[in-house]
Amino acid sequence: MAVVSTPERNARRAVSQLVAPAERTRRERVFARLLFVGTAVSVLVLAVLVVDILIDGAGRLSLDFLTSYSSRFAERTGIRAGLTGTLSLMVLVGVIGFPIGVGAAVYLEEFAPDNRFTRLIEANIANLAAVPSVVYGLLGLGIFVYVLAPLTGGRSLLTGSITLALLILPVIIVASRESLRAVPRAIRDGGLALGATPLQVAWRQLLPAALPGILTGTILSLSRAIGETAPILVAGAVGTRAADNEFWHPFEAFTALPIEIFGYVSRPQTGFKVDAASAAIIVLMVVLLLLNASAILLRNRYARRW
Amino acid sequence: MASTARADAPSGVGARQRSSPSPLRQARRRNGERVVMALLWLCAAISVLTTAGIVFVVFADASAFFGHPAVTVREFLTGTVWQPFGNPDLDSFHVGVLPLVNGTLLVTGIAMLIAVPLGLASAMYLSDYAPARVRKVLKPVLEVLAGVPTVVLGYFALTFMTPVLRGIFGLSTVQIFNAASAGIVMGIMIVPTIASLSEDAMSAVPQSLRDGAYGLGSPKRHVVLRVVFPAALSGIVAAVILGIGRAIGETMIVAIAAGNLPQMTLNPFVQIQTMTAYIVQAVGGESPRGSLTYQSIFAVGALLFLSTFAVNVVAQRFVRRFREVY
Repeated sequence: MAVVSTPERNARRAVSQLVAPAERTRRERVFARLLFVGTAVSVLVLAVLVVDILIDGAGRLSLDFLTSYSSRFAERTGIRAGLTGTLSLMVLVGVIGFPIGVGAAVYLEEFAPDNRFTRLIEANIANLAAVPSVVYGLLGLGIFVYVLAPLTGGRSLLTGSITLALLILPVIIVASRESLRAVPRAIRDGGLALGATPLQVAWRQLLPAALPGILTGTILSLSRAIGETAPILVAGAVGTRAADNEFWHPFEAFTALPIEIFGYVSRPQTGFKVDAASAAIIVLMVVLLLLNASAILLRNRYARRW
Repeated sequence: MASTARADAPSGVGARQRSSPSPLRQARRRNGERVVMALLWLCAAISVLTTAGIVFVVFADASAFFGHPAVTVREFLTGTVWQPFGNPDLDSFHVGVLPLVNGTLLVTGIAMLIAVPLGLASAMYLSDYAPARVRKVLKPVLEVLAGVPTVVLGYFALTFMTPVLRGIFGLSTVQIFNAASAGIVMGIMIVPTIASLSEDAMSAVPQSLRDGAYGLGSPKRHVVLRVVFPAALSGIVAAVILGIGRAIGETMIVAIAAGNLPQMTLNPFVQIQTMTAYIVQAVGGESPRGSLTYQSIFAVGALLFLSTFAVNVVAQRFVRRFREVY
């Protein structure tokens, strides 16, 4: 709109906009409808996606599909390895990410002095959130698969879990800080006035009060983590039956549902590319749905308003 | 310590920080508690270690890549053939990254053609038009869309969008793997990002500006397009730039639906390869550590990291500006 505005141009423009009231309301209505349609398109695509996947995959779902390993034959293949891998990842990522994220949040929100290092951490967290997930995979590949191989077992479940935990750490930190921030100052003052040390206040008062919010944020970030494919694909998840992991086998090779879906979709045969892939997608979406529902339930049930 | 200003909360409307810092900061600590404090500090420092690790890993192998006699930075940045496979002394070995950049930009462009109009329409509708009831339904639905795993979107692009495109434009025009279907689905994926950030910016425009425009007799359409939109412009620009960043870094949709053939083309209906898809493909090829192909993954990763970092810095600058206006 940086056009030179002269009185003449303004006058002409004003006159050109003098339209009859009927025409004006018509344009208003068209514009409003346009915005509505624009909004509806993405909702519609989401609906088409869900229906399309249900149609493709519902027929292929069976107990056998859940409990058998992958096979060369499309009609016999199953996602047991991927499902156990995804569930183990969920547990391990939570076990690794939750304490670190909450610890960082408590430190930054309650204890961090206002110095250059604190500001560096905060700017850094904001930037980490924008790093593409595949780059985290490169981090996992370079450091946890090779440099720290004696500790992590190379291309192992543990490597995948650490990679995903680092990926969602910024999300956990931000959610936990918001939740801590919502606890009123009076609780802190009261605790200190009664003679508690700052850490006692943080541990016995603030954390219990903020826990529902922290857990909700953590569960939501976990559902993001187990839907991720690229980071664990790059950091060494394998796509075959070589992997059948559970979370007490952290040093062994692993696979996960998204990896198996990617493996199926990359094959030319319809039995894999469409049937098996979409059935596995349904299972993945159900797991995600359960996670998200539990997060919402937790929030509605326990969240406190101050 | 009377600290007020924090890095992530510049003064203004956007600052949701407590007015005073936590009182726990000033109180004295017992000796044993210093250990716990050190542990908490370590947790916070891990995020910095993560960044340091990423930079170290990516740039160490990338510099090893450029240190090889068969590779020059000049060829990397200006060459138009990407074939970093096999023996580097052969004629078939080329390390021009431009085809991958071309692929990334092509898909990103298509995605933004979809995401910007739809995202802005959604933002305007949600901020100024939608009744409260509709808003209450639409916002969670958009969040669900943002939470769909990208491997699922890739499946959708390959098995639904591609056949649709082939039905419209003809089997001979549209290849099975193509930039268009990946780009379109990616655009839909980015709509929630752009919509929710732009809506935040538009909702932050003071009601008085709207009231003023209405008072002068403007119809709603003009209020939205000529008052609210320009006032929220820097926030909207930031949203679009962040969307571009997501498109550049998105991996699975393109790895599944856009193909694995690096080429210099603007034709949306042929197969291409993006930077991210190359990383996935080359990692799957099990190239041994220390080989040029392995290192080329990190050279591409370095370029990817730098471009998304730059995009994010620009976006943050715009966000800061939009926060400071009111």
